[in-house]
Amino acid sequence: MEAYGYKEGVRDGLPIGLGYLSVSFGFAIWAVKQGIPGLALIVLSGTNLTSAGQVAGVTVMAAGGLLVELALTELVINLRYALMSVTLTQKLSPEFSLWQRMAASFFVTDEIFAVSSTRKGLLTFPYMMGLGCLPWIGWTLGTALGAFAGALLPAVLSAALGIAIYGMFMAILVPGALEEKGVLLAICAAVSLGLILRYVPLFRFLSEGFVIIISAVLGACIAAWRKPIEAGEGEA
Amino acid sequence: MKLYLYLLVMAGVTYLIRMLPLAFFRKRITSPFLLGVLHYMPFAVLGTMTVPAIFTSTGEPVSALVGTLAALLLGLKRRSLIEVALFATAAAYVTSLILPLL
Repeated sequence: MEAYGYKEGVRDGLPIGLGYLSVSFGFAIWAVKQGIPGLALIVLSGTNLTSAGQVAGVTVMAAGGLLVELALTELVINLRYALMSVTLTQKLSPEFSLWQRMAASFFVTDEIFAVSSTRKGLLTFPYMMGLGCLPWIGWTLGTALGAFAGALLPAVLSAALGIAIYGMFMAILVPGALEEKGVLLAICAAVSLGLILRYVPLFRFLSEGFVIIISAVLGACIAAWRKPIEAGEGEA
Repeated sequence: MKLYLYLLVMAGVTYLIRMLPLAFFRKRITSPFLLGVLHYMPFAVLGTMTVPAIFTSTGEPVSALVGTLAALLLGLKRRSLIEVALFATAAAYVTSLILPLL
């Protein structure tokens, strides 16, 4: 079977890195407005490498949420990475050592997973390292640029950039809903529950982090109950 | 300082979720319900995070609405993540430039 090395990985990672650069720029401008210092945002992006998790995390931080609330929020939002990691174990070349698995796992994101899991043949450690490197640089550099150069932008433009990260979320949500009824159901259920928890006065005691956790878990459970996934079809 | 605890917790939780299964998982999940929950979770999370937040994301409802419609339209055309993000931003930006002139 064909195997790929570091160079092929870097090449595959370039478009992902360019995309991350511009999205994290918008993320940082938004996050600075929530009151998080620029340096903390760079550390956050460099150590987390995830968009939805960081947006939710900043929301919880900005609201002065509990540490357990923050941990639970990240657990729920990033749970998909666990499934992606499980899927990738089936494609790793046999010479992958334990510490190499531990290193490569840092780079599991939706886009990196999509590229690596659809690559023909076995995944080597150098390929995975090459694949992760440009997206990591793009995500962290874009955050730094947004956090420190974002203030130089005209106010109207920086206000408009607040929608960039949500635009990216829409690009994932809309095609997903078009392709699968289950996904559409999950989105509708989670959004409806979220609106109820946010606007019905009875639930006003719930913070934003818990609203996200509760509405997402229930929404996903409702969809999984109506539209379960047979083994093998939901892993890509 | 609480900020550093926040950063430590986020980095730790996010890394462990990715690392533990990749390093130690050796079996396959077969429960259709469990597979469903894992499969639908990212969409549910993104959905509840996007609505209603997207409508206040530019600090002004009209530009946010136009940006949202642009994102919806390009999403329906299955354009890439970066294209949708940039066009939504551009639509919101142009709207907020035109709005004071009306």
